[in-house]
Amino acid sequence: MFKAFLIKYGEIGIKGKNRHLFEDALIHQIKYALKPVEGEFLISKEQGRIYIEAQTEYDYEETVESLKRVFGIVGICPVVLVPDQGFEQLASDVIAYLDKRYPDKNKTFKVNARRAKKSYPMSSMEVNAALGERILDAFPEFKVDVHHPDIMVNVELRGQINIYSEVIPGPGGMPVGTNGKGMLLLSGGIDSPVAGYMIAKRGVKIDAVYFHAPPYTSERAKQKVVDLARLVARYTGPIYLKVVNFTDIQMYIYEECPHEELTIIMRRYMMRIAEHFAQETGSLGLITGESIGQVASQTMQSLAATNEVCTMPVYRPLIGFDKQEIIELSEKIGTYETSILPYEDCCTIFVAKHPVTKPNLKIIRRSETHLEEKIDEMVKKAIDTTETIRVE
Amino acid sequence: MEVYFDNSATTRCSDGARELMVQALSRDYGNPSSLHGKGLEGENYIKDAMAKIAKTMKINGSELIFTSGGTESNNLAIIGAAMANKRSGMHLITTRVEHPAVAAPINFLEEQGFLVTYLDVDQNGVISLEQLREAVTPETILVSIMYVNNEIGAVEPIAEAAKIIKEQNAQTLFHVDAIQAYGKYVIHPSRLGIDLMSVSGHKIHGPKGVGFLYVREKTKLKPVIFGGGQQRNLRSGTENVPGIAGLGQAAWEAYEEFEAKQAHLYKLKDAFIKGLAEEEWAHINGLTGEKSAPHIVSLSVDGVRSEVLLHALEERHIYVSAGSACSSNKPAASAVLQAIGVKREYLESTVRISFCAENTLEEVEYCLENLKELVYMLRKYIRR
Repeated sequence: MFKAFLIKYGEIGIKGKNRHLFEDALIHQIKYALKPVEGEFLISKEQGRIYIEAQTEYDYEETVESLKRVFGIVGICPVVLVPDQGFEQLASDVIAYLDKRYPDKNKTFKVNARRAKKSYPMSSMEVNAALGERILDAFPEFKVDVHHPDIMVNVELRGQINIYSEVIPGPGGMPVGTNGKGMLLLSGGIDSPVAGYMIAKRGVKIDAVYFHAPPYTSERAKQKVVDLARLVARYTGPIYLKVVNFTDIQMYIYEECPHEELTIIMRRYMMRIAEHFAQETGSLGLITGESIGQVASQTMQSLAATNEVCTMPVYRPLIGFDKQEIIELSEKIGTYETSILPYEDCCTIFVAKHPVTKPNLKIIRRSETHLEEKIDEMVKKAIDTTETIRVE
Repeated sequence: MEVYFDNSATTRCSDGARELMVQALSRDYGNPSSLHGKGLEGENYIKDAMAKIAKTMKINGSELIFTSGGTESNNLAIIGAAMANKRSGMHLITTRVEHPAVAAPINFLEEQGFLVTYLDVDQNGVISLEQLREAVTPETILVSIMYVNNEIGAVEPIAEAAKIIKEQNAQTLFHVDAIQAYGKYVIHPSRLGIDLMSVSGHKIHGPKGVGFLYVREKTKLKPVIFGGGQQRNLRSGTENVPGIAGLGQAAWEAYEEFEAKQAHLYKLKDAFIKGLAEEEWAHINGLTGEKSAPHIVSLSVDGVRSEVLLHALEERHIYVSAGSACSSNKPAASAVLQAIGVKREYLESTVRISFCAENTLEEVEYCLENLKELVYMLRKYIRR
């Protein structure tokens, strides 16, 4: 029954002179999200509102599902748009709408009129009262409840009158592209896709880097990461995924450094390489899925040790989350099922039985001097042979 | 060079089988149940396949039921025999090293109230005939034993087992999972005393998604798939005519120049095992030579995880199978390797190499060369 949606956006409405930039970014993201959806849409903005009007037959469910993944949207309101042809016509339009939308009339309601067009001859209060009366006349089973109505009948008096009673919650946040770009360290696990989602939610565009270690990690493990990137891209738009062949570096560290420090040193090199790509492609920070204390390499001491090699800010949006909270989020955004597929990732293979949990920076730095002979060359080779995959 | 040594997982479909299938798919596509001439064309493919297969086993074509593959054949044999004969007794016998396609339906029957005896195996994966003799009772309605073990290539004493079963209880049915054996051995089920025997198409250079169950005449069996009553009501559903045609052709080809092919497989296997004799890290599980299946080698590599070795070989275009699926998230050590008492540290370090008659000695040499080189490299990084 709906041919249009009214899009509500909260936070970006208050961004002063930059407001139009945010609105344009949101419209861009909406267009991107609706591209694969069956049907054609006209998207327009008007007085702090974005309207999506279907120009053809379209798939309602698919449209709503896609819009629920656009950051910046607070509410999606399926709306009926009618021309202003006087109050009588409005009353019969509203009654027709309610009749069709709510076959079961055993409900409470409240009319909430807003007069955006100040030239409208009646005040909002008058419209509320008069419309309420007409509705009660038409459907005697309806009851008024001004505090907790089942149905909030919103009537916005504008150039076109908007009638809607349903607000489907959007994901909130800010439109991707309004807050620069970040480089996500993506593994095949549960946490990193969620971290990417969280940062993208604040308007940040995402690129990603994955450390591949054949033969210790299989083609399927790499495919899993590509699949995860694709799931995240449903929210963020296209992701450029860097696949770094990390085997030689990992083996070299394994040969030259104390085994219990392997993970920390390995992660320091991952950060260095990720930062290189971040700088090269214009990212303003690194993003990881770390949370304090989750594993040995994520204690405060370990985080400090890996953080030390970066000059860029490292964003860790899951830092205070428990594993269960992260799992719930990953289920919500739809990455969980893919994350738990049982393929090795390179972090799990060489893990020491008793890795250091409180690495001493001086000792780590000294261990790294054992790598001096070949490591620069190896890092350069890893960077030169990195494969870039556009994922969307 | 590309070397495919995972022929116990699946094989390349033969050209002959493929050509026949294409014909049956696009030219003679009739439904065998249709009364018109097109239907007859379809039916003729099935008759032809039956005749070819029957000849390889010295049976009547009418003793074959075509299925969707080995798993369905095993399910039909086990569940079908149990359902048809449960009034004579509720006791089943099987081994501890069966493929899940046998173990799982038996487990299902156990949940339904059947009593199951599991035969132990020795360190080579072979059952004890004495234990079998003691296990068969007047209540035993079905014994299911595999011919060749899919993980280690152990060969069970099928003829002797059949004799013992029938001596102890002439009514007991004997099912043999011959999925890894058909095409590698000449099997005459009626002479051996086998009542039910499962075979899969894609293990013998036929297509995937098709197999058969040999059902000896007058064997009491109930269907597990119900419908339009095709195949004497034992397996409803329009017959997979192209698949059956391909299976028939592949079966026929498997027994062409059979002795030469079998000897060639043993030659490959011996060369492979000899090539590793000097390596202290290599451990062959189970028997070797003619006491074992000609095409399967189970190799444990000291200190190298099977998945890592598999992927390393893959980089050299050599394809083998991990003896047991293992991963950080889901440790699932092989029940077969545990049953034959493989050392704990080898459970996750075992690969399976399986040959087909198309493989060559050069391929074995190439594989050995790379295997030694890679193991040497990978063993430097044993978990410390």
